[in-house]
Amino acid sequence: MSLIEIRDLTVHYPIRSGFWNRVTDVVRAVDGISFDIEAGETYGLVGESGSGKSTTGKSVVGLEQITSGLIKYNGVDITKKSTRKKHNYNQNVQMIFQDSLSSLNPRKRVLDIIAEPLRNFQKLSAEDEKIRVLQLLETVGLSPDSLYKYPHQFSGGQRQRIGIARAVATNPQLIVADEPVSALDLSVQAQVLNFMKKIQREFGISYLFISHDLGVVRHMCQNIAIMNKGRLVEVGTREDIYDDPLHIYTKRLLAAIPEVDVSKRDERMENRLKIEKVYQEKAKQYYDEDGLAYPLVQVSPTHFAALPQDKLAELTGQKRRDT
Amino acid sequence: MDEENTLLELNNVSTAFKIEGQYYNAVSHVDLKVKKDEILAIVGESGCGKSTLATTVVGLHDMKTTKISGEAFFEGQDLLKMSDSQLNDVRGAKIGMIFQDPLSALNPLKKIEDQISEVLDYHTKMSTEEKHNRALQLLEQVGIDEPKRTARQFPHELSGGMRQRVIIAIAIACKPDLIIADEPTTALDVTIQAQILDVLRDIQKENHAGIILITHDLGVVAETADEVAVMYAGEVVECGTTEQVFGDPRHPYTRSLLRSMPQGDMDVLNDDLYVIQGSVPSIEKMPQAGDKFAPRIPWIPASAHEKEPTMHEISAGHEVRCTCYKDFYFKSLEVKDV
Ligand SMILES: Nc1ncnc2c1ncn2[C@@H]1O[C@H](COP(=O)(O)OP(=O)(O)OP(=O)(O)O)[C@@H](O)[C@H]1O
Ligand SMILES: Nc1ncnc2c1ncn2[C@@H]1O[C@H](COP(=O)(O)OP(=O)(O)OP(=O)(O)O)[C@@H](O)[C@H]1O
Ligand SMILES: [Mg+2]
Ligand SMILES: [Mg+2]
Repeated sequence: MSLIEIRDLTVHYPIRSGFWNRVTDVVRAVDGISFDIEAGETYGLVGESGSGKSTTGKSVVGLEQITSGLIKYNGVDITKKSTRKKHNYNQNVQMIFQDSLSSLNPRKRVLDIIAEPLRNFQKLSAEDEKIRVLQLLETVGLSPDSLYKYPHQFSGGQRQRIGIARAVATNPQLIVADEPVSALDLSVQAQVLNFMKKIQREFGISYLFISHDLGVVRHMCQNIAIMNKGRLVEVGTREDIYDDPLHIYTKRLLAAIPEVDVSKRDERMENRLKIEKVYQEKAKQYYDEDGLAYPLVQVSPTHFAALPQDKLAELTGQKRRDT
Repeated sequence: MDEENTLLELNNVSTAFKIEGQYYNAVSHVDLKVKKDEILAIVGESGCGKSTLATTVVGLHDMKTTKISGEAFFEGQDLLKMSDSQLNDVRGAKIGMIFQDPLSALNPLKKIEDQISEVLDYHTKMSTEEKHNRALQLLEQVGIDEPKRTARQFPHELSGGMRQRVIIAIAIACKPDLIIADEPTTALDVTIQAQILDVLRDIQKENHAGIILITHDLGVVAETADEVAVMYAGEVVECGTTEQVFGDPRHPYTRSLLRSMPQGDMDVLNDDLYVIQGSVPSIEKMPQAGDKFAPRIPWIPASAHEKEPTMHEISAGHEVRCTCYKDFYFKSLEVKDV
């Protein structure tokens, strides 16, 4: 049994208009996705802006009203608030937000920010609470005198660590990390990522790691799902996705990653333009008449892709020829 | 390589900001050249002075709180000695600018076409019809699918990538000889980023412009730039062609930055990334003498650094600040403080 099982999750936002402000249509932010997160692993969720990554993440922590589907935690459906409460879900599943500055209350001191989840879930004395917060500050590598400072007095990397300290305060089993390093410099990014791995090794934390940086995702994640317009177009291990991408959307995303090896620059550019051309010409074949991705089909024990029937037939034909 | 192709030449440019009555350098003694048909990338961590250098060149500082020295020759004239009205004629016409904050660069209340016309009005004497045609042509040039529709839209109706294309369209409206692009793709997805960089490259080829590309994304630099200048604490610490700087990096800062990037073949659970000790100091806390990067590589003995570091030529066009590059080696440390 997986730590988290997500089945056919949909989240639709109503679009209201007209004099009566009636719901006239919906944004299908998440449109029927399924995946599992195992205990102790980092699961990557990748996709372009607006593909529904944050909405998925917020649904998993229970911050989003889901439209339909199931989210199971240790086998128990926790889509209802009452079951979340009964199973201490909100204590065991925490979130690091996309924008560290706006997610930390500017008028609160670091002590109060980090202690907030503790106050919600554990009744500690003021003394014990302070000890715990100091311990957390040490874990994330911030000095004790940070306790009484305010968020604006920290650099971006330090603020991100405050967000992490708050997220790990209750010893959660899963942290949803929404673009935890996208606003950071290389050196600070390295520190935050190392730190996330360190506490994972120590406490066995799982991450749902949301990012559009495919270099970072390759460094962090064993399993990866590629999201496109609310649906998953490809799911697999790191090797499946990076070495053998099958969906045109994944291929295009991978081809666009800038790399520092200057000697292969022209080669890469040529490859990218080639894939872009195929994308422009053939992308339609990979989506149904509404422009949405097809359901995922299994192509290997670990690898799934949203391929239409004919592409799948082509692929199996090719595999047969190869072997 | 010949002098005639030099578009912009910076000599000993420094910019200091006044903080509580005292001036502190954000940019120190920068020498750089931008040539026609060439993309010069300026890289470095946040706070290294990249944007300050760009805004200094185009004279966008409040002179009550800023002290600027040095020379910036652009087509034979020193930009740093120009009056405001002279600068107004150059900016937007001969020098196009794309600023770091894309949201504030467009007027939310004006249609896209009107925002393009505005620049054309200021610098040219086109008729209404000429302006209309030019606006559509520009939108097409930056890769917007339906220029006619986009021209009539407001900024909030466009996606981030489209807005950034519009900003580029405005920056190139008067066919500038020099384009300064400060983090033009930082907020964008990789696929859109790749498209925007292609657009910039195409424009450069078509217009024979020079481009200064400011970014902290080393991948972007490696994919697009001809020349690179690495900045640390207001100074250029290494410069040369992209092949030289990325293929044979010498300065400890350049080498450290490259090393801290995630590599594809690392183990997901156990392999850590290289971390540069410490952080970029604020300008008030900047070391005033010696090698400013020295505090971040404390295991390198003081004797390895020059007292007053200068640039050293490694090979034609490839320069490195301070002699410490000769003795530098990596030492991985478990560092806790950001
Ligand atoms: N509260 C909301 N009301 C209406 N639409 C919303 C709301 N929140 C998100 N959306 C829409 O849902 C879609 C998915 O948004 P989401 O924030 O999940 O994307 P994302 O993949 O996280 O993007 P990014 O990479 O830009 O953060 C978008 O079209 C967005 O405009
Ligand atoms: N107007 C100002 N007054 C005082 N200090 C300033 C001013 N503008 C910038 N600085 C300081 O000068 C230094 C360089 O800032 P600058 O914005 O040039 O950095 P940057 O390299 O562009 O960084 P980023 O990658 O974050 O954009 C920073 O320490 C900054 O705080
Ligand atoms: Mg998001
Ligand atoms: Mg800047």
